Amino acid sequence: MRLDAGRILAVVRKEFRALRRNRFIIGTMTVLPIVFLITPMIEIFRLSPGIPETVVQRLAGSTFLLLLIIPVVVPAAIAAYSVVGEREQGTLEPLLTTPVRREELLLGKAAAAIVPSVAIAYLLFAVVAIAAKLFAADPAVTTALLQSSQLVGEILFAPLLAGWSIWVGIAISSRASDVRVAQQLGTLASLPPLLVVVLIDLQVLTPSVGLALAFAAVLLVADVAMWRVVSAMFDRERLLTGARATSARPQRAAG
Amino acid sequence: MQPVGGVRWFTRRQVGFGFRPVTWQGWLITAVAVALVVVLLILLRSSRVVGIAAAVVVLAVYLGTAALLGGVPRAGPAPAPDPPARRSTSPPAPPATSPPLPPATSRPTPFTPSVATAPAQVAPPALPSAGLPSPDGAALVVDHLTKRFGERTAFEDVSFTIAPGEVFGFLGPNGAGKTTTVRTLGTLIAPTSGTALVAGIPLLPENGTEIRKRISIMPENPGLYLRLTVIENLELFAGLYGLRHAGPRIDAALEAVNLGARGRDLCGSLSKGLRQRVGLARALLSDPAIMFLDEPTSGLDPVAAREVHDLINDLRQRGVTVFLTTHRLEEAERLCDRVAILNTRLRSVGRTDELRENLFSRSLAVETAAPLAAPDGVFDGATGVESWRANGDSSYVLSVTDPRVAAPAVTRALVAAGADVLSIVESRHSLEDVYLELIDEDPEAAAR
Repeated sequence: MRLDAGRILAVVRKEFRALRRNRFIIGTMTVLPIVFLITPMIEIFRLSPGIPETVVQRLAGSTFLLLLIIPVVVPAAIAAYSVVGEREQGTLEPLLTTPVRREELLLGKAAAAIVPSVAIAYLLFAVVAIAAKLFAADPAVTTALLQSSQLVGEILFAPLLAGWSIWVGIAISSRASDVRVAQQLGTLASLPPLLVVVLIDLQVLTPSVGLALAFAAVLLVADVAMWRVVSAMFDRERLLTGARATSARPQRAAG
Repeated sequence: MQPVGGVRWFTRRQVGFGFRPVTWQGWLITAVAVALVVVLLILLRSSRVVGIAAAVVVLAVYLGTAALLGGVPRAGPAPAPDPPARRSTSPPAPPATSPPLPPATSRPTPFTPSVATAPAQVAPPALPSAGLPSPDGAALVVDHLTKRFGERTAFEDVSFTIAPGEVFGFLGPNGAGKTTTVRTLGTLIAPTSGTALVAGIPLLPENGTEIRKRISIMPENPGLYLRLTVIENLELFAGLYGLRHAGPRIDAALEAVNLGARGRDLCGSLSKGLRQRVGLARALLSDPAIMFLDEPTSGLDPVAAREVHDLINDLRQRGVTVFLTTHRLEEAERLCDRVAILNTRLRSVGRTDELRENLFSRSLAVETAAPLAAPDGVFDGATGVESWRANGDSSYVLSVTDPRVAAPAVTRALVAAGADVLSIVESRHSLEDVYLELIDEDPEAAAR
C-alpha cells in the first residue's frame, strides 16, 4: 500500500478550515486548557520559600498530570466528531467516492487533530515553566518542573497520548450513530493511558527518564497498532449502509 | 508514499544508511529534524543521557517520516489497464444484428440496446446479456451483478453494457436498488455476486482506488461542507483526486455550472439549487471517464434544470459516459441514449423508441368531423390496419403494422367514404407509458 501525501494534506487542510470556523471546537480548545492552567498557576504563586521537597515534587507531579490531560481531552472531541459528524452532515459519501484510501483519510483527520492539541499542550507547558521561573518564590519549583524525566515525559507523552486519544475517538466515531455519544465515549475511552501518569503523581511509580522512554515506546506501539486497527474497522459499506459486506469473495468494499 | 504528481519527498540512498530529501518538503523536514537534535543537545547538555535519548527519538521519527514519505516503491499488484480511450468520437463497432444507427449524429453512438429481461412484459423476450456487444472498449460492463443485505435483495442479476460517451438512464421506483447499484459500481459497497468492468477495470476490492480515480459520483444530496466556501470544497476534492495546480480547473468547473461569481461564498449560504450545482462542479473536477449522476436536477428550477441538461449533452459531446439516475422520465427521454428500468431485477434495457415498440402496438388516431356511418367498411379493408376501436363519438384508434403505409390507405378510405377528416396522427407513447406499463405489471412493484 502506497500512501499519497497530497491526499493526506488535502484532508488536513480541509479539517483545519472546518475547525477554524467551528466556534464550538474553538471554544473547547481555548477554554479547556485555560481551566487546566488555573490550578498549577495558583499553586506556583502560593508557594512560599523553603517549602519541603515532597511538597515541591507533589506540585510538579500534579502539574505534569494536568498538563498531560490536555492532549488527551482536546483532540478527543475532534476525533469523535470526525466520522460520525461527516455522516450526519451528509459529506461522508462524496468523500468516500474519491480515490482517497481509508488510511489516508484517517491519517489526515488524525494529523489535523493532533497538531493543535500538541501545540496547545507544549504552549501551556512553556507558560507554566516560564511562570515558575519568573514568579515562583522557591527555585526548587522550577528545577522540579524542568527535571529531565518531566521534560522528556512532556515532550514525548503529549503527542503520543494525543495520538491514542485520537485513534480511540475515530474508532468510536466510525461505529457510533450519534455525535454526542461518540464524543462522550471517546473522551472516556481515551483516559486509561493517563493511569500511568496518575501512578507517577501518586508516587507509586518513581519518575525517571527510563520510565518515560519505556512508557513512550509502549504508547508509540499502541498508537501505530490503533491506526491499523481503526483503518481495518473503517468499512465504506458499513458506514454507508449500516451493513457489513456479504459477498463471497470481496468481503470489504474496495479501497 | 506517492505524493502529488508522483514526486517522492525522499529517496533511499543507494549506498549507506538513511534517506535523501529530493523535494523542498523533504529538505524542510530534514532541516527541522537537524535543528531539533541540535537544540535538544544544547538544552540537555547537563544530562547527556537524556539529550542523546531525545536526539535518538527525533532521529527515529525523522527516519520513519522519510520512510513513510518516500523510499523504494514496494511491489504491488499489477497496474490496472488503461481506461478506454476518452473523447473519442468514433462509435464502437455495433454487432452484426444491430439495426442501423441514426445517421446524422456527431456524438459517439451508443451500443445497440440489449433486450429486456422480463419475458412476459416485453416481446421478443431475451436475456439481458443476449446480443451484447463485445465488452472491449465499453465504459461499463455489468454482468449478473447482485447485491443482498442479509435476507433482503437490493438488486439481482443485473446485466448491461454502456458504451463510452453514452448517456444511460437508470430508472425505477423508490427502493428498486438504483442507488445501491450506483454505490456498487462506484466501489463503495461490494457486490454479493456477479462481475463488472468499470472504465475498463474489474470491479474488485484491490482496484477500488484506481476505479474511483476514473469516475465521479454525484449523490442526490450533494453533501457539501457548509462551513467552507465553494472553492474550498472544490479544493478538497481536487486534492483527493491528486490534481496539482487545480485553480484553473476549479474555475472552469464553476463556469460550467454558472457559478463563477459564487466561488468565495460559504456553501451554507447557498440555496438548494446552487448547492446541487456545486455538487455537479465537483463531479466535473476530475475530468472523469464515467459520471454517475443521481437525480442531478432534483430541487432545481426549470431554467437551472435546462442548464444541467445542456451540461450533460456537452459531456456526451466530449465523450464522457453519463450514468443518469432520475425519476424525471421526460428528462430521461430527452437526454438518454438508452434507459434501463430496474425493479430489483432489470425489467428492460434499450432505446426508448424500441421499448415503446416492444411494449405497445403501433397505432393511428383518427378524428373525423362526424361519426362514421359504417366504420367497419372504412377501416377493415384499409391496407396495414390490423384492428380498430372507437375512442369516443368521432375518434378511432387503429392498430397498424406500419403507420407510413396505413396512414395514406386510411386517408383514401375515409375520403372515399365521404368523411370529413380532422386529423390522422400516429399515437405516440411516452417513456412514462413504458415505465408505468413495466412497473404496473410487476408484482414486486405492486407489493411495494
